[in-house]
Amino acid sequence: MGTINIKQNEVPVREFRLGAVTGYVGTIGDLHDRAADGCDVGNRERCFTQASACSSGCCQGQLGSISDALVINHAPVGCAADAVASNVNYKSGARLRGLDYKNLRIISTNLDERDTVFGGAEKLRDTILQANERYHPKAIFVTASCVSGIIGEDIQSVLNDLKDELDIPLVPAFCEGFKSKVWASGFDAAFHAVLHGIVAPPRFKTNKVNFVNFRGSARKEIISTFEKLGVEPVFLLQHSTVEEIRRISEARATVSICGTLGSYLGNGLEQHYGVPYVRTEQPHGITGYKNWLRSLGTLLESEEEVEKIIASEEARIAPDLEELRAKLKGKTAVVGMGPSFGHNYTRVLRELGVEVLWAATWHFDQKYDHGEVPESTKRLAEVDGDLPVSVGDQQNYEIVNLLNKLKPDIYVTRHGGSSVWATKMGIASYMITDEYAAFGFNGIINFGNVIVDKLTNRSLARKLAERIKLPYSEWWLAQDSFSLLNAEGF
Amino acid sequence: MTQIIDQIRHVCTLGGLQSVLAIERAIPVLHAGPGCGQKLWGAVGLQNGGQGSGYAGGHTVPCTNTTERDVVFGAVDKLEATIENAFKVIDADFFAVLTGCASDIVGDDVGDVVRGFQKQGKPIVYAETGGFKGNNFIGHEMVLDSIIEQYLQPAPGVVPGQVNIWAVVPYQDPFWTGVYADLSELLRAIGLTPNVIFGQGGGVAALNRVSAAQFNLLVSPWVGLKGVEQLEKKFGTPFLHYPVLPIGPTETGKFLRAVASYAGLDLARVEAFIAQREEHYYHYIERAAEVLLETRFLPRHFTIVADSAYALSLAKFLVSDLGLIPERLYVVDGTPEDRQAEVREYFKDLGEGIGAEVLFTPDGGEAQEKIRATKFRSRPLILGSSWERVLTKELNAFVLSVSMPVSDRLLFDRSYVGYTGALRLVEDIYSVILSDFQ
Repeated sequence: MGTINIKQNEVPVREFRLGAVTGYVGTIGDLHDRAADGCDVGNRERCFTQASACSSGCCQGQLGSISDALVINHAPVGCAADAVASNVNYKSGARLRGLDYKNLRIISTNLDERDTVFGGAEKLRDTILQANERYHPKAIFVTASCVSGIIGEDIQSVLNDLKDELDIPLVPAFCEGFKSKVWASGFDAAFHAVLHGIVAPPRFKTNKVNFVNFRGSARKEIISTFEKLGVEPVFLLQHSTVEEIRRISEARATVSICGTLGSYLGNGLEQHYGVPYVRTEQPHGITGYKNWLRSLGTLLESEEEVEKIIASEEARIAPDLEELRAKLKGKTAVVGMGPSFGHNYTRVLRELGVEVLWAATWHFDQKYDHGEVPESTKRLAEVDGDLPVSVGDQQNYEIVNLLNKLKPDIYVTRHGGSSVWATKMGIASYMITDEYAAFGFNGIINFGNVIVDKLTNRSLARKLAERIKLPYSEWWLAQDSFSLLNAEGF
Repeated sequence: MTQIIDQIRHVCTLGGLQSVLAIERAIPVLHAGPGCGQKLWGAVGLQNGGQGSGYAGGHTVPCTNTTERDVVFGAVDKLEATIENAFKVIDADFFAVLTGCASDIVGDDVGDVVRGFQKQGKPIVYAETGGFKGNNFIGHEMVLDSIIEQYLQPAPGVVPGQVNIWAVVPYQDPFWTGVYADLSELLRAIGLTPNVIFGQGGGVAALNRVSAAQFNLLVSPWVGLKGVEQLEKKFGTPFLHYPVLPIGPTETGKFLRAVASYAGLDLARVEAFIAQREEHYYHYIERAAEVLLETRFLPRHFTIVADSAYALSLAKFLVSDLGLIPERLYVVDGTPEDRQAEVREYFKDLGEGIGAEVLFTPDGGEAQEKIRATKFRSRPLILGSSWERVLTKELNAFVLSVSMPVSDRLLFDRSYVGYTGALRLVEDIYSVILSDFQ
C-alpha cells in the first residue's frame, strides 16, 4: 500500500503511484488478474496518437471551482484556455445549487519567450500580488505547466517569499501536462494541494461526510438520505469554500461519486486523519448503491436505517425497473469512459438488461492508493471475466474503428468529443454529463429511460450519418481496431 | 508591471491549429502536450459559438502527446511515426505540423522531419507555434506564413478579377464562416471573383488559386498584414489593406466604393447595388423605428470588449448608423505595440465626428474593472464575451456576446457583415433589450 505524503508539495503521477496504464486490449478478467496478482498490466504504447487531455485541465478545473479561492496558472496564456469551459461548468453547477452568479478565477502569468530564457519568478510574484489585490481570495493555488516544469521554475520559493506579505494559504499544484498520460493525475495534484496546503488537523469529530463529486446535481436527494443516517454531506471541491475544505479532516467518512476522482483525497484523509474512505464500487445503479450505502452505514453504525432505505426504495422502483428491462431486452451497448465510470456503468447497463459488447476506458489504475484493484473492476471480473475491454487515452480512431465493427445499438460515453463519432456513424449515443446520471434507485430509472429515448428516435444519427464522411481512410477502417498498439515493452 | 491575463479572450500561438482546420479537408498534426489541443479548441471552438470538432477537429487531431521522456530525449522519431501514420489513417488533403512549447524549448528539428515528407511530394507544412511565442492571432499569421512559404507555387498567369479574401481569424471569431461568405457575396455583387481558402468549398483548390489572384484584399486592422505583404513579395500580387470590417450601410458603402475603385470596376454598377441594398436595410429599420426609439429601457452609451477588428467595426456601426455614444473601448487581441498607434488612429473618427478612447489589454479582468468604474448614466450596452454576463448583472447593463469566448450562443452561418449582417446585429441587440424584463 502506498503512503500518501502530504508534507511534500508534489504527488507522483498515476503511472508511478498506481501503475496506471493507457494502452491495453484484452478481457476484464485478464486485466483484473494481472493487476491483482502484481504481475502487472504492461502498458502498450501507440505508434499513432490523437490529441487527448492533460493533468492541468483536471487540476485547474477542481481548484478553480473552489468558490473563494483563485488559481494562478504559471504558463503561457494557452494553458489557461480551459478556464472558459471550466467557467461554463462552474456556472451550471452554481445554477443547479442556487449559488451566487459569478465567474471562476483562473489567471495566467502569461509566460513568453523571454521568460523561457530568464525565468518567470518575478512575473509569478507580481501576478499573485495583482490577483490578490483584485479579488482578495481566501487562498491562492499556483498551477504549474509544461513550460514552468521544463525551465525549472522554483514556484515554492516564490510562494515562501510571499508568505508573510499575504496572510492566506499560497499552495502550489504540480500538474505539468507532459508528466502523465493520465489526465486524472491532475485530480490528484489538486487534492494533494488541498491536503498539503489547506486541510487542518481535526479539532473534533463532526457529523459531516465528505462527498467528492463534480457539480453535485443530486445534492437534495443525498442530503435527505444522509439525514436519515444522522450525517450531513459536504460536497467537494466544486463550490465549496476554503474554510469548509480546511475542516474536512473532522468528517466521519469520505465517499466519492467517482473512484478515479476521489480515491486520492479519500485515502489521504484516512491515512493522515483517520477519516475512513468508503472503497466499494461507486453508487451507480442498484448493486453499486446498495454496497456503497451499506458500507457507509456500517461506518456510521446505521445498518438498520440503511436496510430500511434499501428495502423501501427497491420495492418502490421495482415496477419501473421491470418495465425498463422489458424495453431494453436484447439491446447492445459499447461503453467509453474513465475507468471508474466505465466499469461502474458497464455494471449498471447489465442491471438494465443491456448487453455490453465492449468496455473501453480512458486509462486504468491497477491499484488505488489503498493498495487494492478498483472494486468496480473486481466485481465486473467476477461476474463476466470474458468481457472484452480496452484502455486508451480517448483515442478516437480506435473507438470509431471499434464501433464500426461492433455496431452496437448505443454508445454510452463520458468526456466530450466521443459521442459525436457514434452519432456520425448512425449509432445512438449518450454522453453522461451529470455524474449522478445513474445514481442509486432514482438514477437507474432515469438512466434507463434516457437509453430508451435515445433508442426510440435515432433520426438525427441516421440522417447525419447518411450525409457525412468519416475522417478516416478506408484502409484504417479495415484494420484491426488496436493494430497501432505496440507490443508490451515497445 | 507584469501583464497578467485574467478571463482569457484569446489563446496561444498553437491556437493556429484552428486556422488549419478552417481549410476544408486540411488537418493539423500537433507535436505538443496531450492537453494542448483540447484546451485550445475548447476555448476558441466549442465554447465559442458552439463550434465543434466538425470533419476532423477536436480529439481527431493527430498529436504526439509529449511525455517526460520526449522532453528529456527529444521526440523527432515519434513525430515522424505520427506523421507517417496520419497519412495512412486520416483521410485529408493537406497537413500542417504545429509545435507546442515543449518541442520549441527542447529544440526538436521539426523542419527536418517535415522537409523529408515534402520531398516525397506530400502536401505538408510546419510552423513552430510554441505557445510562449504569443497569442493565436499571431499563431494564425504563423500558419499563413508557413503555407505561403512552404506550399504555394506561382501560377501560370493572373486571373483578372480574382481576389483572395483575408479577414477575421477562423474560430477565434465565432462568426468567421459567415464573415467570409458575406464578404464574398459583396465582392461578387460588384463584379469580382472572390477566392476564400477558409470555410466550406475552399480547401486545397482555393489554396492553389491564391497565387493567381489579381490582388489580395485584407479586411482587418492588423492581423494578416504580414501574409499579404509576403504574397506580394513572393508572387508580386498587390494588396488592398482595408482596416474596417464593414457593418451597416455607412461602412459597407465606403468599403464597396474603395474596393471598386482599387480594382477599377464599373462604379455605376456599384452605386446601383449600394442603393438597392440600402433600400432593403432601411425598409426594416423604418419598420422597427418604434422599437429603436420607444422601448422602455434603451441604452444610450455603449462599450465593447473585443479584438481590434470587431471593436472598430461594431463601434463604427453603432455610432454611424444607430446613433449611440461610445465610452472607452477595450481591445483584447494583443495588438503588437508597434501597431497600436495606427490602430488607435482608426478609432479617432467612428462617424459623426465622434471618436473613442481605446485601451489595449489582453486582461479581461482589467477591462471589467475599468467598465465597473465608468459612469454610463443610463443602462449601458456592452458588446463583449460571455465573461461579461456577470458584470452586466452587476451594472444592470444589456449584454450581447460577440467576441471570444461566446459560450452562451450557438452560431452557424450568420455574420454582422454588410447590410443583412447589420440587420442581424440590430435584431440581436434589441432582442436582448426586449427580452431583458419580459
